[in-house]
Amino acid sequence: MHPALQGILTILVGVGGCVGYFYLSNQFLDKVLFPARGENAGRNINRANIVRPWLFLLPALLALGTYLAYPVVETLRLSLTERSTLPDGTTAYAWVGLDNYRQMLNQPKFWEALKNNAMWLAVVPALATGFGLLAAQLTDRLKWGNIAKSLIFMPMAISFVGAAVIFKLVYDMRPIEQEQIGILNALYLYFGGEAPIAWLTVPFWNNFFLMAVLVWIQTGFAMVILSAALRGIPEETIEAAIVDGANPFQVFFKIKVPQIKGTIMVVWTTITIVVLKVFDIVFAMTNGQWGTQVLANYMYDKLFRANDWGVGSASAMVIMLLVTPILVWNVRNARKEMK
Amino acid sequence: MDIAGQKSSLSWAVHISVLALVALWLFPTVGLLVSSFRTADQISTSGWWKAMFPSQQNLTLRADAPELQVQEGGLYVIEGRLFPPEKPAEISVWGISSRAINSYTAGDTAPLKKGGTITVQADGRYRMENTEPFSGRRGQRIFVTATTPPEFTLRNYQNVLFDPENAEGMAKAFINTLTVTIPATIIPIVIAAFAAYALAWMEFPGRALLIAVIVGLLVVPLQLALIPLLKLHNEIGIGKGYLGAWLAHTGFGLPLAIYLLRNYMVGLPRDIIENARVDGATEFQIFTKIILPLSFPALASFAIFQFLWTWNDLLVALVFLIDSTGDTTVMTKQIVELLGTRGGNWEILATSAFVSIAVPLMVFFAMQKYLVRGLLAGSVK
Repeated sequence: MHPALQGILTILVGVGGCVGYFYLSNQFLDKVLFPARGENAGRNINRANIVRPWLFLLPALLALGTYLAYPVVETLRLSLTERSTLPDGTTAYAWVGLDNYRQMLNQPKFWEALKNNAMWLAVVPALATGFGLLAAQLTDRLKWGNIAKSLIFMPMAISFVGAAVIFKLVYDMRPIEQEQIGILNALYLYFGGEAPIAWLTVPFWNNFFLMAVLVWIQTGFAMVILSAALRGIPEETIEAAIVDGANPFQVFFKIKVPQIKGTIMVVWTTITIVVLKVFDIVFAMTNGQWGTQVLANYMYDKLFRANDWGVGSASAMVIMLLVTPILVWNVRNARKEMK
Repeated sequence: MDIAGQKSSLSWAVHISVLALVALWLFPTVGLLVSSFRTADQISTSGWWKAMFPSQQNLTLRADAPELQVQEGGLYVIEGRLFPPEKPAEISVWGISSRAINSYTAGDTAPLKKGGTITVQADGRYRMENTEPFSGRRGQRIFVTATTPPEFTLRNYQNVLFDPENAEGMAKAFINTLTVTIPATIIPIVIAAFAAYALAWMEFPGRALLIAVIVGLLVVPLQLALIPLLKLHNEIGIGKGYLGAWLAHTGFGLPLAIYLLRNYMVGLPRDIIENARVDGATEFQIFTKIILPLSFPALASFAIFQFLWTWNDLLVALVFLIDSTGDTTVMTKQIVELLGTRGGNWEILATSAFVSIAVPLMVFFAMQKYLVRGLLAGSVK
């Protein structure tokens, strides 16, 4: 069957199945199980209303359970086991305790990935939030501010892979006797550089050239959120400061920034999560060579190139561990807000 | 800007900084876009930023061979054009010796070494005259310094999209990406909408806990799900393929979908829903007739997110979709492959990348309003 046809069929089956399920299960509940008539009408309505939320939730809970909750537990289990193929062709999982973690901690590549991830965490959220805040403040009340914002926001729509290609062209290097077609090398030579540089292979600094890609993508996100927050600041506080003789910089740093601190934190943590999961950029641009490995790509390497599920799962758990503080913080904030 | 009058100098600084910021953010993409309209030769001989302007080049050209000469009265004449009419250029200076390529300006007449004269016009027309026949086998060499107008081509797109012979083409990957994206966008919306309604407007024990769990699942890294789900898919016989990818995208998109939609639905006016309940509408009717239409902005927001995310995804496709035959390859994967095998062929890379970027960009510019709204509602406050 042609995949496009299969796709349409899936939409029909998927959507039809869902709608049909919701409709029929509600009918069943109201007409057959607890009909709202006869001597028990009142009691039946109450009972139906106890059951109904779970009818509405069931498909979502099943999907969430299978595709997100179960994998967390299963990955934890796999990280504590060793997979092997028995002579009769079946796969067996043997409990090995913390062996996978020990093995992982002994690999220099893992430490390289961890160290690089730490650098990403220090640099990308800070720069993206900083640039986003700058762009939000500068475009605020500018006549063509909306156009400017939409252009800075645009990279959000571009895939990490697309961005990787875009920046590979920026970083391109040709031998010195040829004309440079990468703008970075062209500028570098124009401003007195001696020889063109293969930016992505320069140890240590190449990490920053990769980070630039993510900063480029995430700045727009930060800008949009912070721009809305800036608009939400009560006008009186700013006017009062200006009347008291504050200059624009004081207004920005002493009046505006403190009032949107909460939003800045949200933006910062959201980008932090993106950074922890960053995979495509490194995979497409360097594939972890020249000292640019990161955890997510390390994990992919272990899983699908080395075919080592144990260590792969262990490294996935490390990512989960790093995400957990933010997860807890988010949940706590959400609960506070609901009260 | 401020209520005080101290605008002008600062406001100029603001305009210029914003302009610089926008240029910095736009430049990389424009570079790739411009490159996708240039030939391989053009890309490798000059930077894309030079492509927008007429370029000055030193060219070595040849006049027609002596065998094409004609007799006009007592003169032997060779006449012709150095540039074909479809590729015009403007000559500033020229010469007939490699050691003096700029001896004459356009319109000058120069003596030829073997007798006779040559005149070259600015548009490349030339005329050689001699009282005796021109001899030799090859035409006279002419060195010109010419300004050629910017030149762009659509051939790259033709090759990448419409050439059925091209095994590295994007046509199939484009269809495959679309096949993954559309069901993976629609199905989670349906499932999430019902769940969000229950979480927003129905009372039941454990509701607060469920919402907290969903907020938590929002940030669970995809990486954790890869092995267990691949294992599960293999065990229940789905294996690698579209079905697996659709299911995976649905599962991974649900937390955000439920979160966004619930936040929106909670904000709908209570009166409408209570009145409908009093009037005897069933919950199912309230949901389909009142809540769904009112929630359109939130549904659109999520649909855009999910569309962009599934269209741009690489990891889920690599793990759950693309098998060893590669028949189901998507555009992101195809581009990564090209980066490996065609690292230097920018005309192919740039065009392929732009084919995949174009659709999200269109969606982005057409529906930016909803995207922004969704972002504002989706970031955990």
